Amino acid sequence: MSGPLLQRFADVMPLLLAGARTAVLIALGAALLAAMLGTALALLRTFSRSRGVLLAIAAFTEWQRNVPGVAHLFILYFGLPAIGIKLAPVLAAIVGLGLVGAASVGDILANALRTLPAGQREAALATGLAPWQAIRHVLLPQALRLAWPGFGNSACQLLKDTSIASAIAAPEIMFFARNLVTSTFDTTLIYLAVLVLYAAMLVPLGAGFVWVERRWRRASSAP
Amino acid sequence: MSALPTSAGPGAARAAGTGAPITLTAAQRGMQQRSTAAPPLLQVDGLRKRYGSAEVLRGLSFQLQPQETLALIGPSGSGKSTCLRCINLLEKPDEGRVVLDGEVIGQRGEAVPGKPPRWMTDRQLAPQRRHMGMVFQHFHLWPHLTVRENVALAPLRAQGLDRRTAESLADAMLDKVQMAHKARAYPECLSGGQQQRVAIARALAQRPKLMLFDEPTSALDPELVGEVLGVIRALAREGTAMLLVTHEIRFAREVADRVVFMDGGVIVEQGPARALIDAPRTPRLAQFLRQMPDAAPVAACTQEPC
Repeated sequence: MSGPLLQRFADVMPLLLAGARTAVLIALGAALLAAMLGTALALLRTFSRSRGVLLAIAAFTEWQRNVPGVAHLFILYFGLPAIGIKLAPVLAAIVGLGLVGAASVGDILANALRTLPAGQREAALATGLAPWQAIRHVLLPQALRLAWPGFGNSACQLLKDTSIASAIAAPEIMFFARNLVTSTFDTTLIYLAVLVLYAAMLVPLGAGFVWVERRWRRASSAP
Repeated sequence: MSALPTSAGPGAARAAGTGAPITLTAAQRGMQQRSTAAPPLLQVDGLRKRYGSAEVLRGLSFQLQPQETLALIGPSGSGKSTCLRCINLLEKPDEGRVVLDGEVIGQRGEAVPGKPPRWMTDRQLAPQRRHMGMVFQHFHLWPHLTVRENVALAPLRAQGLDRRTAESLADAMLDKVQMAHKARAYPECLSGGQQQRVAIARALAQRPKLMLFDEPTSALDPELVGEVLGVIRALAREGTAMLLVTHEIRFAREVADRVVFMDGGVIVEQGPARALIDAPRTPRLAQFLRQMPDAAPVAACTQEPC
């Protein structure tokens, strides 16, 4: 590969940016799944009295925590067709990373719910709120604030983990980067561009979480 | 006042198993009316509660008349708070029954003597709990909501008022406890006394039939106690029915119509507030009153230092 540095950079960026779009799509989809399923898991873990449910959730959480994400993606993408379910690479990545995220969101949120004083729920029930109203209006909003920094970490982890979706040919950043490397051999420049691209997405994401956290803190300590 | 029949009437039989509240039949209410001037607002029958091997309530029965302020006093661990929490069923008694304004609280189906009652779920209890406002020792305001939002939440969500009505109700209740000027503040920014007054406003906004106070001043710095007692005193003067668990003996004597003295999970003595505190009939109450620092100058207390 020859030519001026900026020119070479400009040549690879369009493909990498297309990859970034896919990465963001995967991350958003997975985050949505993780938020919904994770919240459900946390609520079940906190309020269910069924031993079976608690055991199943614990098993799911441990499984997700102790198996590498790429192995999950392989099972979803290469394994599921054996029972007749074929997922597109992007969809398999969303489901796979979403399940990993759900386990971590569920864990963080359940811990936050556990640290709320019992009086918070009792006060809600005593005013005549139904249990789900107490959860919706009193417990979850507080747990969300406590869990927020942890969610920030999970979100950043999730966005970084989209890179493993290249292993199942989802057209995200690393997928295009590797293709570009094999066709241009401009290895250093391409992977540097990849680094810059990830940083350009992750730094604002982290800052966004901190900004929301600050806003909450300022609101509750205003006179 | 004779005890209510333990077997409920046909109305209750119909409600059995459905989770619907049991309402006393007209005949049963009639019996109550004949035996006293007016039916009691609250009737507590034979409450028993055990935690492991410790029996905290050992068959507790008393009544509270409409518009009455009843103070529940007694040493720490005598079961006062447990009793209060058994009335709105934050704790489920092992035995016994609570009747509020003719409605049996929280029981499903007929009571079977000797068997623990079958309690409603929290969801089924919600409409009944609405009628009992509770003020906790540690306030338990919701920190993520402003003062106004704290007070308006139950009217909005439990009573189904629209937002504007709920908020104007909240403002009216805050006005009542002199906290209207802090409507937009968060609980964190308030003193303990202010927080407790907001908590009282929150309970009042339920428009309850009965207010339950669980040691409302015990967690406060001494100089903040007065403002909370002032609010409770004003409510008593308005004829709000209140059950007040307190260590403020002097205040109980001044504000309560009657006092119930508990020790070891049973009622030792009850009677008109002044008579009971000025001239205890049992040695246990006399001894308890001697130990209470603020009860000592009781006889001399005619002004309102609180």
